[in-house]
Amino acid sequence: MLEALGLECVRGHRRLFRGLTFHLAAGQMLWVLGPNGSGKTTLLRLLCGLLRPEGGNVRWKGEDVRGSPDSLHADLLYLGHAPAVKDDLSSRENLCFGLAQTGIGVTPREADAVLSEFGLAGREMVPTRALSQGQKRRAALSRLSLGTAKALWVLDEPFAALDAQAVQLVQAHLGRQLTRGGCVVFTSHHEVELAGHAVTRLQLAQ
Amino acid sequence: MRLKVWRYASPPAFYRLAGNLAPWFLGLATLLAAAGLYIGFFVAPTDFQQGESYRIIFVHVPAAWMSMFLYIVMAFWCVIGLVFNTRSSFMMALALAPTGAMFTFIALWTGALWGKPTWGTWWVWDARLTSELILLFLYIGFLSLHAAIDDTRRADRSAALLALVGVINVPIIYFSVQWWSTLHQGASVSLTRAPTMAATMLVGMLIMSLAAWMYAIGVSLLRVRTIMLERESDADWVRELKAEQL
Amino acid sequence: MTALGLAPVLTAVLRRDLTLALRRRSDVLTTFFFFVIVVSLFPLGVGAQSSILRSIAPGVVWVAALLASMLALVRLFASDFDDGTLEQLALSPQPLVLLVAAKVLAHWLVSGLPLVLVAPLLGLQFDLPAGALGVMMLTLLLGTPCLSLIGAIGAALTLGVRSAGGLLALLVLPLYVPVLIFGAGAVSTAVGGMSVSGHVSVLGACLLIALVLGPWASAAAVRIAIE
Repeated sequence: MLEALGLECVRGHRRLFRGLTFHLAAGQMLWVLGPNGSGKTTLLRLLCGLLRPEGGNVRWKGEDVRGSPDSLHADLLYLGHAPAVKDDLSSRENLCFGLAQTGIGVTPREADAVLSEFGLAGREMVPTRALSQGQKRRAALSRLSLGTAKALWVLDEPFAALDAQAVQLVQAHLGRQLTRGGCVVFTSHHEVELAGHAVTRLQLAQ
Repeated sequence: MRLKVWRYASPPAFYRLAGNLAPWFLGLATLLAAAGLYIGFFVAPTDFQQGESYRIIFVHVPAAWMSMFLYIVMAFWCVIGLVFNTRSSFMMALALAPTGAMFTFIALWTGALWGKPTWGTWWVWDARLTSELILLFLYIGFLSLHAAIDDTRRADRSAALLALVGVINVPIIYFSVQWWSTLHQGASVSLTRAPTMAATMLVGMLIMSLAAWMYAIGVSLLRVRTIMLERESDADWVRELKAEQL
Repeated sequence: MTALGLAPVLTAVLRRDLTLALRRRSDVLTTFFFFVIVVSLFPLGVGAQSSILRSIAPGVVWVAALLASMLALVRLFASDFDDGTLEQLALSPQPLVLLVAAKVLAHWLVSGLPLVLVAPLLGLQFDLPAGALGVMMLTLLLGTPCLSLIGAIGAALTLGVRSAGGLLALLVLPLYVPVLIFGAGAVSTAVGGMSVSGHVSVLGACLLIALVLGPWASAAAVRIAIE
């Protein structure tokens, strides 16, 4: 469903990679590995259409992403480095507004249910400013629970700064996404194992 | 023909071409400027209204024309760069900007020099001078935005978008300033109402304009070479050049 | 969970920005009071003679509105850019041009509209006649959205740049000149008792152009900034 064909990327004065090709079918997971500075985040942003590659192209469901980004964006859930939550809004508001932008309408009750699943029960109305780093990350990740309609999940370091319980939770959601026939592309410094799902590795060289 | 021209979009080829052409343009500019200034200061007749001081128009008007022309050319290169994503186009636009700004400044300064003996004040709020002032701000804005952004690609594209927005606004700004000056000053004071042109005066101004144009091309070609060297300093062709020169 | 179409998404963006502005009331009020203070300074600098005040009032109020706009614009995209919400906006299936327009609308409601409402009171300080006060409100009503729309382009271009505020002013103030000329010109003409229909039409035309081109250019600038 997701294809990268001969991708070439130059950032500043460095060529990060060239001739990068992969094919990701439904139900498959791609783990992008590499040392710091090797272009993992850049590759993920390229796949989302935030960056234009120097060469090559990205195809989603057969269509070139550059020509019709909207069809990719309709199926995309992206979690970047920054948690993408507003400090002045509560977790519930952040979740509702964040999902609304991607085209998913969520009632406050549904939002609260999901937030409590991610360990934020009782803190749904607290401004995000007052949450700890771990709580902020979990608030951002709660979108995974409601992003079931999105066929492509692109996650940059989803497991960073999470405790073991939260890691299990995220892995469970990833598993469910794959079972539904969706795709996941992610980066992580930690070993990831999902029962019943193979992980394709993509190693970026320095 | 189309394929041949596209070849020059590659920096090394363009670098060599620019280096070969620049001296010709600068030489031509010098000759034309000499001819134009000679006509302007010695051949053209004394104006019966303004005496000798009017001769400054031989510098003022060509500078003003060039300042506007160069902005349009700069915007053209910016559009090419944004549409075709060619690095050289952005470099060309960046090379033109300082020369354009310089001509704008010259136009303003010579306008002031003309105003003093003619109307007794160093600055006159007529339509053209005011528009030139705003044009100067547009050039400075372009250069400042480019300088303020560290990432070269983002700097190029942001400044290019700004130039595009500017070029669309320039006619609007010009007409609104025109309208404003007629409203506030009536028809009495105007630098654009030059004395009825004797043929020699017109010829002199045209030659000076041509000289300014040749100068602009020559200097921009030289400047774009410097920009290329700076940006592509890691590339093989630059390293080869450095080796050749050592 | 439901799928959302264009209108609900735009409403969500609008509501979000308005909510954020209300929670950071101090930012909004600062811009408002800046406008009031700048206008009030002029009589102190120029003298309180009513004939002088009446003639400078249109220009003073308009320039103050421009400067106050400038202050407010820095906030339009900056915080979204810093916390990653801006790139989420760019990844929305809905057109970024419309989402940006919604943000600019929210920004104008909070920063521009209050200026329109308070301007007549300030005009009274300058002894402007009632007819001119009405024209002042009307021209600001047409002009302040132009300021927001054009300024948004500058705000997007200067995201994450050092001393963005000063650079923003440099980039955007020249583009404001037509709006300033016709807006202030209209009020001066009204003081003189003549018809302002020409000025108002031009301002209306500026607004239409800004509505069509502004969000498009701002969206392009946002995309360039988040690369």
